[in-house]
Amino acid sequence: MINSPAVRCEHLRKRYSDVVAVDGLSLTVERGECFGLLGPNGAGKTTTIEILEGLLQPDEGHVEVLGLEWRTHEDELRQRLGIQLQETRLAEKLTTEETLRLFRSFYHRGRTVEELLRLVELEGKRASWVGKLSGGQRQRLAIACALAGAPDLLFLDEPTTGLDPQSRRQLWDILDRFRAQGGTVLLTTHYMDEAEALCDRVAVVDRGRIIAVGTPTELIESLGEPKVVTTRGTLEDVFMTLTGRHLRDD
Amino acid sequence: MTTERAIGHPATISRGGASHPLVELTMARLREFVREPEAIFWAVVFPIVMSLALAVAFPARGSQPVRVGVAQGPNADAVRRTLGAAPGIIVRDIGADEERAIREGEVHLVVVPTDPPTYRFDSARDESRVARAVVDDALKRAAGRSDPWTAREQPLNVPGSRYIDWLIPGILGMNIMSTGMWGIAFSIVQARLRKLLKRMVASPMRKSEYLLAQVIARLMFLVPEVTVTLAFGVLAFGMPINGSYAAVAAVCVLGALSFAGLGLLSASRAASIEAISGILNLSMLPMWVLSGVFFSTANFPDVLQPVIHALPLTALNDALRAVVLEGATLRAVGHEIALLAAWGIVPFGLALRMFKWF
Repeated sequence: MINSPAVRCEHLRKRYSDVVAVDGLSLTVERGECFGLLGPNGAGKTTTIEILEGLLQPDEGHVEVLGLEWRTHEDELRQRLGIQLQETRLAEKLTTEETLRLFRSFYHRGRTVEELLRLVELEGKRASWVGKLSGGQRQRLAIACALAGAPDLLFLDEPTTGLDPQSRRQLWDILDRFRAQGGTVLLTTHYMDEAEALCDRVAVVDRGRIIAVGTPTELIESLGEPKVVTTRGTLEDVFMTLTGRHLRDD
Repeated sequence: MTTERAIGHPATISRGGASHPLVELTMARLREFVREPEAIFWAVVFPIVMSLALAVAFPARGSQPVRVGVAQGPNADAVRRTLGAAPGIIVRDIGADEERAIREGEVHLVVVPTDPPTYRFDSARDESRVARAVVDDALKRAAGRSDPWTAREQPLNVPGSRYIDWLIPGILGMNIMSTGMWGIAFSIVQARLRKLLKRMVASPMRKSEYLLAQVIARLMFLVPEVTVTLAFGVLAFGMPINGSYAAVAAVCVLGALSFAGLGLLSASRAASIEAISGILNLSMLPMWVLSGVFFSTANFPDVLQPVIHALPLTALNDALRAVVLEGATLRAVGHEIALLAAWGIVPFGLALRMFKWF
């Protein structure tokens, strides 16, 4: 159990009435690793991460998180995971501190509310209503809520979408500190620089399948000859080559 | 400095400055409620404004003078003088359109000064029938009728039997219904819309504790709501509270629980503000009209009575009036209590089965 990977899933499949959102996806995330799911909108990233988080039931396939299965160990898993969902809007009329106090109360162990505030640098905003926080501050609060139970594994769904560059950097720093303590992270993003900066390994997801997986460097090298001789290719080149250049509006 | 930045596995046991989840969830709900000025208005100010408005519109009945108009004619002045001198009659100047004056309630009756006089009135209206008797009496007496005897009168205007006394428990019942259903249903649907319910379910929070916290918070707002409304009735209108406070409290709590169940059921699946507003209005509107808030349920035809008396608000209003005005014991309102309990338990059970967290 101790040596089991942080996440292992095999042949996941999830279909909504007429769309196959996840189509036979398998992946393994090692302990202590930061793993990124990259992909265009509608590729199945969110469905995949929500299946791994035990929020959605896959139609087919097998999921193990921290060596445990959702069916038999939901309570234990909920205590040991930190989850940030895309698009959660926390209650606007509670203060930062009250929100953390609420989330902290759900966990048997973890940091104090005071420590969490310091961790995400929101001590100065402790008494502000969530509705009055900036986008970056709200996102840091969401991460603090996810960290409230001192999780072994953190799931982040597009944690920096819509944030300004400073706020993104601040979030990256928080994640670096979490990882320095041995924490595992699985995140989705469509920012290539974010994946390059944060992730040990990335998987490119398209149409519900993983079409490439490896370290950012491996993926960039696999492209072969860089287009411009003087600069090395970027992960963005990999992404565009693999998923095509046409717009995905759905 | 090192501990400040550490995140992994701290030694901190306990809840890190937070108390039991049920307490935190209840507090969160209460805070959201008191920070919403509209909610305070509906729960506390509204029933008072409503009682005041209705008390002004319908003062104690019976002591009202009748309003009478006199049509054009040769004897009009004489008739006007006679009626003006008689007690309990107010003579109003009306224009040429007598029917409009009656229709709009400006006067209850019009006297056409023929010989003998002609009365024009709407016999379907109680006030008009009263006006006919009063006017007829005054005119005949002025014409020289002598009465065989005059009855002694004992006007009855004791607190407890006036319209306002009857009205306030009804308004309290209505308010227990609307604050309960809106309060619970709205906050749940809003949390669902914000994907906050989903976020909470992704944490180790117990779903039952979340729902229980909503109900506990609801019972806590009940305290100011009931106290303010009843205290207003007692202090402003001298409404008596004849039953025991414990019985009044028990009926209020049971009513609030019952409507909390209905509120949960209404909110169990609704995924938009429009949907929940529609569901709540649809379920509460019939009760506002039928359940005897403003006028007695006896005004409705017999065929509707079984339906009316199966409604939870009817049961709550009947029980509140019995306990507050007649000093009834809980045992005496056992039927209403059983009905309220059923209206609490069945929707609560259904809500738990149907509830969608995201």
